[in-house]
Amino acid sequence: MRKRSLYNLFKFGGLLSMVVFLSSCSNLIVLDSKGPIGQEETFLIYMAFALMLIVVIPVFVMAFWFAIKYRASNKKADYQPNWAHSTKIEWVIWMVPIAIIVALSYLTWTRTYQLDPYKPIQSEVKPLHVEVVSMDWNWLFIYPDYNLATVNELVVPTKTPLSFKLTSASVMTSFFIPQLGSQMYAMAGMRTRLNLLADEPGTYEGHNLEFSGKGYNTMHFDVLAKNPEEFQEWVKQAQQSPDSLTMPNYMKLSEPSTNYPVTVYSFVVPGLFDHIMSKYMGWMGSHENMKMDMHMPKDHSSDHKMHMNHKTMEDK
Amino acid sequence: MFGKLQLSDIPYNDPIIMGAVVSSTVLALVIIALITYYKKWGYLWTEWFTSVDHKKIGVMYIIFALVMLLRGFADGIMMRAQQAMAAGADHGYLTPHHYDQIFGSHGTIMIIFVAMPFIVGLMNLVVPLQIGARDVAFPVMNSISLWLTVAGGMIMMISLGVGEFSNTGWTGIAPLFEKTYNPGVGVDYWMWAFQLAGIGSTLTGINFFVTIVKMRAPGMKFMKMPLFTWTALTTNVLMILSFPVITVALFLLTFDRYLGMHFFTNALGGNMMMWNNLFWMWGHPEVYIVILPAFGVFSEVVATFSKKKLFGYTSLVYATAVIMFLSFTVWLHHFFTMGNTPDVNIFFGITTMMIAIPTGVKVYDWLFTMYRGKITFTTPMYWTMGFLTIFVIGGMTGVLMAIPPADFVVHNSLFLIAHFHNMLIPGALFGYLAGLNYWFPKSFGFKLNETWGKLSFWGWTVGFIVAFAPLYVLGFMGMPRRLAHYDNMAWQPWLIVAAVGALIIAFGIFAQLVQLFLSIKDRKKNMDVTGDPWDGRTLEWMTSSPPPDYNFAIIPKVDELDEFWAMKEKGVAYKKPKKYFDIVMPKNQPHGVVIGVLATAFAFAMVWYIWWLAIASLVGMIVTVIMIGANDDMEYIIPADEVERIENEHFAKVALAQANVNKNETEG
Repeated sequence: MRKRSLYNLFKFGGLLSMVVFLSSCSNLIVLDSKGPIGQEETFLIYMAFALMLIVVIPVFVMAFWFAIKYRASNKKADYQPNWAHSTKIEWVIWMVPIAIIVALSYLTWTRTYQLDPYKPIQSEVKPLHVEVVSMDWNWLFIYPDYNLATVNELVVPTKTPLSFKLTSASVMTSFFIPQLGSQMYAMAGMRTRLNLLADEPGTYEGHNLEFSGKGYNTMHFDVLAKNPEEFQEWVKQAQQSPDSLTMPNYMKLSEPSTNYPVTVYSFVVPGLFDHIMSKYMGWMGSHENMKMDMHMPKDHSSDHKMHMNHKTMEDK
Repeated sequence: MFGKLQLSDIPYNDPIIMGAVVSSTVLALVIIALITYYKKWGYLWTEWFTSVDHKKIGVMYIIFALVMLLRGFADGIMMRAQQAMAAGADHGYLTPHHYDQIFGSHGTIMIIFVAMPFIVGLMNLVVPLQIGARDVAFPVMNSISLWLTVAGGMIMMISLGVGEFSNTGWTGIAPLFEKTYNPGVGVDYWMWAFQLAGIGSTLTGINFFVTIVKMRAPGMKFMKMPLFTWTALTTNVLMILSFPVITVALFLLTFDRYLGMHFFTNALGGNMMMWNNLFWMWGHPEVYIVILPAFGVFSEVVATFSKKKLFGYTSLVYATAVIMFLSFTVWLHHFFTMGNTPDVNIFFGITTMMIAIPTGVKVYDWLFTMYRGKITFTTPMYWTMGFLTIFVIGGMTGVLMAIPPADFVVHNSLFLIAHFHNMLIPGALFGYLAGLNYWFPKSFGFKLNETWGKLSFWGWTVGFIVAFAPLYVLGFMGMPRRLAHYDNMAWQPWLIVAAVGALIIAFGIFAQLVQLFLSIKDRKKNMDVTGDPWDGRTLEWMTSSPPPDYNFAIIPKVDELDEFWAMKEKGVAYKKPKKYFDIVMPKNQPHGVVIGVLATAFAFAMVWYIWWLAIASLVGMIVTVIMIGANDDMEYIIPADEVERIENEHFAKVALAQANVNKNETEG
């Protein structure tokens, strides 16, 4: 009786999770990636699950089989109270997990290099540079190639490598577009990097995943992936925008607020990203009056701080 | 006089907080009134609060953990209710600022004030008995550890009604927890509650490490130690090595917040990445601190109820030790996404996966212990079966997150939440509850009710699956953790299912309470007269239930791994010794509870900048510690005659029970 209810429970649990899984496939956006980085990462998830099932399935089978067969009420079962060692079994239970972990380690080793977020994506198309600034509690995207900027909406061309630089004007955040892959932290006084690519046009969600205070739950944004031609059209339109991101405008924008309306700026004060970063450069920049230390070249100082975090310094 | 504290700091205009405050205050007043009415203060003070007996300290730790479990669970179910509601136009019943405090207090309470005291409580109850000792190495220090932990818990409870709690999670989030972004008292409450309990845990680690290394019964070599004691030993090593890291990290934060220093700030050379490193250098070993002893419980339970030697004892010991070492080499997997080089991520990814090897071995060792056994499905065995099956799923998702590029897409999402609850609920909590059911008769002399124990198991197990399977799905749907409100309506159905799961868990907790209540009510029916209710294998089952103050009249000599089982096989169990001796035992001391009260006052004073009280209580604590050193009246002697009287009583009960068993056997 007891065993039956145990059995039923797990049958129920199994069915439930199957139903849960199948019925929600369309919404599992992390697994439904629209870019090569995310697709590779999804592949890793499936591979790892498949390999680990080699260990996990026998656990389930043995747990139920042994529990039922060797229950005290089953008088026919073999009972050997002193049987506590078998070199053969020990070999198997150590070696099989070791073999699986070796395989996964190989996968980890190769894929971690391959999917390094700092690694530029190989392509014949020239990459689009985007400088991402997380503020309390809005996202600023600067397009240095076009001297444009947007707030709380990211517009990108498809089939074009996207090269992001990230920093924070305030606390630590994590920049994530689930359908394109990899997330990356944005930290004040530092620059992190992220390289992604969108294969298909569409509207994707973007999120902050690192809790950042009162307005954290509003820190999501839309990512509009457009065909390269449509993107160029958007750029032309954006350049007509009457708003410009001058220093006073930036100061206003960076004050704590939530749900700042989506805005396009046709002009960005030069060096804004570096300026935001240098505000918190510690002993290398001065904090209160936001003056740059003139004895230290801007890029050099920023890379110095980054050195602790990442050795990639390709844009020196 | 009152520092920053003003009457307006009490959130009496918030009905939800005030409801909680009023109900807990009323409950506390009722308990105080009852104790006063029945004139039990003297009894509580002399027999419990000042007790240095490891068995009583263990019971107090576990009662404290169970009370805090209710508070932590209330936080949990509030979050599930908020997220089930707060979609689109509906903003739920909590403000974001209130919600943000709840996830922090839920995590802090569950890890620091439930898992830690529960496991330390079980160690207190069991370890000295399992190694054949009369108490721990430093009994007064043990009492200080307990009361420091309780002081931390008191600070958590005070934060509910006076001021606010931290909004930076149980891990602290740099630089969000700095004065610039968090000028209120919430972070200070979190910091001091954590600090007090952490210092208590360091002392516990030292105490039990010395106890296990130095106080084992003659003949009990390391490789003859019961597995629970082994896991306790490894946990103590982890506590000694890792807790000082968090103590220092919290002091650095204290300097930042109180003295304007810049360890983790954005500006002036502060580095928020250092907080992540320091926190998880403690935080990851901490995961094993709370899980390894649970593995120890499962090992004892599975061997006892399979009536069989533990399969692969040596393997299990080595696997435990390997986990202990590796747990110090994996901390960076908590932030693969911080811009590290691939080399760094690969190193920490692979060390993390390596932990799966000894863990997998352990699972198979437990399964092969059941193989060719004679299994009785008692409540502790139910918890163990639930653990074996559900835990491996969490292991699987854990290895998945150890692969840096895979982690890049699930980190900080609800997938992560599902993963670590999948480790800590079946892995740690199921183990504690198995241990509670398994050792309860040893502590109190009667068994717990089986029916309600099993109902509790089903509530927790079904509830766990219904509450956390949706969170895995939501992780793949890209839902971030810690959201007070969201606009993506596709998430809501899953969050409603998860909330239903939390309600089923609530039933499990209710059943647990009913189990305790009914068992105490019907204790006469479930008496354990022999001291060995489960046909146990290790030394703790050799003495009476509850054990006498001195545990063992004559310290046993150990020749075998399962010494008591071997004694029963050889027919030498329950043999009266030829002669008894006087026994020297540590005397009850008030220092621990005094330090606890002063520590609560100190932390409260620091939170509110009441400097005179802070200085006074700090000086008071130092004076109390000096007084321990100056105290010559530390021991008392139980004369041999008294020992003989107590032992004879026990032997008479055992003889009667054995006669009953024999009579039943011949009749049946």
